[in-house]
Amino acid sequence: MSTTTSGTGSSAAADGGGDEGSGAYDARFRVWRGDVEGGDLEDFTVQVNDGEVVLDIIHRIQATQAPDLAVRWNCKAGKCGSCSAEINGRPRLMCMTRMSVFARDEVVTVTPLRAFPVVRDLVTDVGFNYTKAREVPSFVPPKDLGPGEYRMMQEDVDRSQEFRKCIECFLCQDTCHVVRDHEENKTAFAGPRFLMRVAELDMHPLDAAAATGLDRKATAQEEHGLGYCNITKCCTEVCPEGIHITDNALIPLKERAVDRKYDPLVWLGNKIRRRPTS
Amino acid sequence: MATGTEPHLKKGTGPGGVRHGTRAAITAAHLRTDRWWLQPAATAAGLFAFVVYSTWRAFANADYYEAPYVSPFYSPCVAENCEPMRNGPNWEIFGSWWGLSPALLILIFPLGFRLTCYYYRKAYYRGFWASPPACAVAEPHAKYTGETRFPLILQNIHRYFFYAAVPVAGILTYDTVLAFRNEDYEWGHMGLGTLVFLVNITLIWAYTLSCHSCRHIVGGKLKHFSKHPVRYRMWRWVGWLNGRHMLLAWASLISVALADFYVYLIASGAFDDPRFF
Repeated sequence: MSTTTSGTGSSAAADGGGDEGSGAYDARFRVWRGDVEGGDLEDFTVQVNDGEVVLDIIHRIQATQAPDLAVRWNCKAGKCGSCSAEINGRPRLMCMTRMSVFARDEVVTVTPLRAFPVVRDLVTDVGFNYTKAREVPSFVPPKDLGPGEYRMMQEDVDRSQEFRKCIECFLCQDTCHVVRDHEENKTAFAGPRFLMRVAELDMHPLDAAAATGLDRKATAQEEHGLGYCNITKCCTEVCPEGIHITDNALIPLKERAVDRKYDPLVWLGNKIRRRPTS
Repeated sequence: MATGTEPHLKKGTGPGGVRHGTRAAITAAHLRTDRWWLQPAATAAGLFAFVVYSTWRAFANADYYEAPYVSPFYSPCVAENCEPMRNGPNWEIFGSWWGLSPALLILIFPLGFRLTCYYYRKAYYRGFWASPPACAVAEPHAKYTGETRFPLILQNIHRYFFYAAVPVAGILTYDTVLAFRNEDYEWGHMGLGTLVFLVNITLIWAYTLSCHSCRHIVGGKLKHFSKHPVRYRMWRWVGWLNGRHMLLAWASLISVALADFYVYLIASGAFDDPRFF
């Protein structure tokens, strides 16, 4: 992951030269500049060429007008999750937002993620997410299988594999109103990305957490704040990987928590049959 | 638990949200330039219209039966003050002491099912409670506890309303079968009302079976699909429907209101049911 303050973009157009042929025009940008002490939106008029994305334009601004503009980026292919920002108020990856989606006379506003502490300009401190990641107990290997002996049917891992597409851009964490609009909830709530991680492990066919006394269904509710989620689906809306976070992870996890905590029939059935997992 | 993620609370800044002291200093609650308000506004308007209509019809206690059709709002009719319906779902479970509209006795189940439905929760949290009004648009509330406390913790009983919604859908299916009679209760006939009922019951079943709780119960709760191939197949079918849950929620809401309105029109004499055969 790179945090640059100088023009190191790989785009041929980043230096301001670019293809000045058909389709080139001057766009108006407003980019938030500042740090934790304060800042404001700064206006730029910058050239846009055919096929460019917002990150190209930010790099051009950096190369031609604001060499000290801080922006975090890396792959420019929507796979590293570094260039998360808010473009016209919507959490998006700058490298995956084509300029062609905007009208030519539209002012494009780019700000840092507004749920996390700002470091400088478009760079935020996303350490909250790494802390939350460490709070989720990792995969527990089954005792009777050694490395290389794991065998799983495809249908058993399909669900978890969808969640493994996550590139950890943290756009879902940024847009989730539970922490975005309520700083005080950051202690209690893990956020959609890490509740999805809990769901992934709970659905994993070989995870042996239950054998060690770790009930992921109950801890999702009690330690990771699943109850704070009111399933308004913003995490799903902003996911650049198209993961159905709410429908395939959060709601199933809520239903699993209901099995453990709120459904007396399931509780009774498990007591009688003594079959905790199937 | 001590998490190391204690909120960055600066003196004098308050708990805050997007305007919190450590975040980028932007005073606007949001910077969205699209018509983000359209979806919650339309949702709120649609739900409000249905609530007004269904409240009127539920309390009206009139014009809900005209052979062979019974309004879905009044089926099954479980009080003694119901209109007699030949072979219809007319069971006097509640006796004569119930003096209010019999619809109130049964609507609690589909109402509870929809009220606790995962899609409708999203719809009314956004549309009515602005929590949040739209993605990345700051909500107006100073405090948020989600579904961790009473009363919203009761949303967790959704599956029990699902269990209740299944027999109600079964009874509406029975009503649809009865609609293949004519006004003299002779079988083998069909009118426009039969078609309305058929469309309605299809959408009601599709919505009911597309429920997230149903998806969990039929197979989602399993850890090993490979050990339960039948349930896995059922889970995939329900999953296919579940992907259209929002669409089915709206379609079935509109169809049930239209089916009721159709019965109202013919029961009140405003319209004659066109008979096909």
